[in-house]
Amino acid sequence: MINIKVNDKDYSVDVSPDMPILWVLRDVLGLTGTKFGCGLGVCGSCTVLLDGKAIRSCITPVSLVKDQNVISIEGVAGEHSTIQKAWEELNVPQCGFCQPGQVVSALALLKENPDPSDKDIDTAMSGNICRCGTYVRIRKAIHLAASMKNELHNTKGV
Amino acid sequence: MTIVKTTFGRRSFIRSTTLAGGGMMLGFSWLASCKPTPEQVLNMPKEWFNINAYLKIGENGLITIMSPNPEIGQNVKTSMPMIVAEELDADWKNVIVEQAPLNTDLFTRQLAGGSQSIRQGWESLRMAGASARQMLKEAAAQQWQVPVEEITTDNGMLSHQGSGNSAGFGEMASAASKIPVPEEVTLKSLKDFKIIRTSRKNVDGPKIVTGQPLYGLDYHREGMLIAMIAHPPAFGMKLKTVDDSVAKSMPGIKDVFTIKTFNDDYKRSAFDNSAFTDLVVVVGNTTWEAMNAKKALKIEWEMAPDIHLDMDLFGRQMSVHFPAGLENTDTHKAQMAELNKKPGKTVRKDGDPIKAFKNASKIIERSYSCPFLAHNCMEPMNFFADVTEDKAELAGPVQTPEFMEKSAAERLGLPLEKVDIQMTRMGGGFGRRLYGHFLTEAAVISQKIKAPVKLVYTREDDMTHGTYRPAYNALYRAALDENNNLVAFHVRTGGIPESPLSANRFPAGAVDHYLAEDWTIDSNITTGAFRAPRSNFIAGAEQSFLDEVAEEAGKDPIEFRLELLARAKSNPVGERNDYEAERYAGVLELVKEKSNWGKEQANLSRGVSAYFCHNSYVAQVLDMVMVNGAPVVEKVYCAIDCGIVVNPDAATNLAEGGVVDGIGHAMYSELTIKDGVPEQNNFDKYKLIRHSEAPKSIEVHFVKNDVDPTGLGEPPFPPIMGAVANALYKATGKRFYDQPFMGSSSKVLG
Repeated sequence: MINIKVNDKDYSVDVSPDMPILWVLRDVLGLTGTKFGCGLGVCGSCTVLLDGKAIRSCITPVSLVKDQNVISIEGVAGEHSTIQKAWEELNVPQCGFCQPGQVVSALALLKENPDPSDKDIDTAMSGNICRCGTYVRIRKAIHLAASMKNELHNTKGV
Repeated sequence: MTIVKTTFGRRSFIRSTTLAGGGMMLGFSWLASCKPTPEQVLNMPKEWFNINAYLKIGENGLITIMSPNPEIGQNVKTSMPMIVAEELDADWKNVIVEQAPLNTDLFTRQLAGGSQSIRQGWESLRMAGASARQMLKEAAAQQWQVPVEEITTDNGMLSHQGSGNSAGFGEMASAASKIPVPEEVTLKSLKDFKIIRTSRKNVDGPKIVTGQPLYGLDYHREGMLIAMIAHPPAFGMKLKTVDDSVAKSMPGIKDVFTIKTFNDDYKRSAFDNSAFTDLVVVVGNTTWEAMNAKKALKIEWEMAPDIHLDMDLFGRQMSVHFPAGLENTDTHKAQMAELNKKPGKTVRKDGDPIKAFKNASKIIERSYSCPFLAHNCMEPMNFFADVTEDKAELAGPVQTPEFMEKSAAERLGLPLEKVDIQMTRMGGGFGRRLYGHFLTEAAVISQKIKAPVKLVYTREDDMTHGTYRPAYNALYRAALDENNNLVAFHVRTGGIPESPLSANRFPAGAVDHYLAEDWTIDSNITTGAFRAPRSNFIAGAEQSFLDEVAEEAGKDPIEFRLELLARAKSNPVGERNDYEAERYAGVLELVKEKSNWGKEQANLSRGVSAYFCHNSYVAQVLDMVMVNGAPVVEKVYCAIDCGIVVNPDAATNLAEGGVVDGIGHAMYSELTIKDGVPEQNNFDKYKLIRHSEAPKSIEVHFVKNDVDPTGLGEPPFPPIMGAVANALYKATGKRFYDQPFMGSSSKVLG
């Protein structure tokens, strides 16, 4: 049994220690908001926060998590963050499949850099592919979320 | 105001007690989106009254509208119900949307492809809303004892001025559900539209950004197993033997076996296209366990024979040849270049092109090419199947559920009515999910293992078991007279395995002497439709060539095109030209105005392009700058004529996506083949456009007219490749002829 904390909740899962966090979330805990895109950590669809830092859950074995808290998109949803509001406000998604990963990457960026430039956004977000090409709207949504940062500061935890 | 007979898809309007609300598939509504739209204010009603197959109304006035077509990101799940709501005169705040089940008796063309959902659904969606509104009015007229013509509707309310009566739709819903379906209905005047032509948010938006289950890959059923498949490593190979002894004993593994997707005597439709039909299947408890066991399989492959297949494409018979052998991109390129040296099959000829070229003052000749592309939907191919002895329940992402239902029924030996397909939201389509072999594979696996199962492709499976965009090559020649007028135009083009030629499109009709020829090369690499098939290459090639011809003629590239279009309008050559010169010129005029063409800043390199496909017209201007020797797209201006725009902000988003997609594929992407093996199998090797390469901004403008809506998913995609090439020339002084323009060595990020 492996103990894991996801979205501030403790779980005990009976899986092989090398199983990536992605599959623990999706297949074992039924949290399917985190998406499978490449399995190599190169498309960003599976991005989650591990102790506040963005990681690729498809290549991170569950055994590495230890006592750190995993925040998946469902954990962001609980607080309905400013970023998600900005995403909805600007109607960012097309197919939407990559967007949970984009939102979590944006969250990690704004934690580090509350007022990022276009260049900062491009650098931080270039690991997240959007096949539909919503990049221009994502950039705008991150700026919008940053401009609502007072609200962001008030958002508990994230 | 238009009065129409309600004959079109009439069965849709026969009141159904089972359909609206998804009751058809009992216990099978896991993904039914009975969730509020962002603006919804009313609670769920105590009772629903079915008005017709498209809608039901609750006693409290809440309305459920079914979205008939598959959603691949083109936003039809919002825009199709908007059209129903408009004619119903509903208050959008009180509308919730559900994905309709596949039902070919009630809905027409439940397919995502060809940018046709809105265009072909327009009439039936309007009729569904208008006939329901008429039934509500008749119910009110009976109750209030007033003439039905005197009753008006507005925002979910019925009123009668004379008597002072008024009621919400909900109050009349029960009575309306018992009114006979009207023989004819009156559609709204366009000037009375309140919902169509206004921007409404994606009804799935909140679910998407909060990670709620929506996609096939998220589908879950109690007791469900996960299946993965192994297919040959190279096109031209097939399964010989498998040693599954290690894999079978691995943790979490239920079984390992082989399947045959399509029986040998089955006549496939074009949507059954798949190179690999004998597959090794691993079934386990979790995706990770199945993935690991798959790696432990020891499989021997052998050369596949020469294959001839007769396929059916919308009733048209096609004979397809997959030659034996292991193919190579290098050989393909050489073969295509060779074929462009000799005459092809003449598809259209106007005037005397041979003589005109002989007498020309100047001849310009250029060749263009593009590689195979993988669709690379972000959601890898997958499907859920629960097949028992007497029925099959299938759920997942497929663009052609009507066709795949038939395919699965035949393969499973079940009557068509015993096969149900639930359409999940799709993590991208781009044409890849028109070819639903993965659905049939899932069904065969479930039937064999006698359990509910979800088949999941790895990214590598997805990229190497593709139905790729064909590789193409085109030779263009233009003849100018001594006054630099374009007097003759010649295109010779072909591809592997199809030709991209549309011989009757511009500049056909604008040039006196015109010759269009083509050729094809058979291949065992499976190819298929990719966003704007054929146009996705030929538009960029043609528009780069016209740019070069304009330059040789000493003319502004927009004025040069406008002159040709003026000719095509006033005095067209030939009769089969399949574009309207005036609307084509209209988008060029609009983009010229919006981009301040001719007044550009010194540091910006501009390229223009325009194209007509999928019934819509698009012109684009792209501004580029060079930063440290690398091209950066500053801004793109996009002018579109697709008739009435149902949902402007969503349409703008789709056009922005087409622009980014086109820039990415023209600049960076390719799939190459070596000895039958796709050399790129994941995003570490296959380069897709990333955030940092996207334009800084995109401005989209729509021509305002009252033409019935036409396609939008595809049209903004093809022309941008020409705009990229033309801007690159301005920025670098060098013409780019072969995609991807940045070459195979493009840096791949991760």
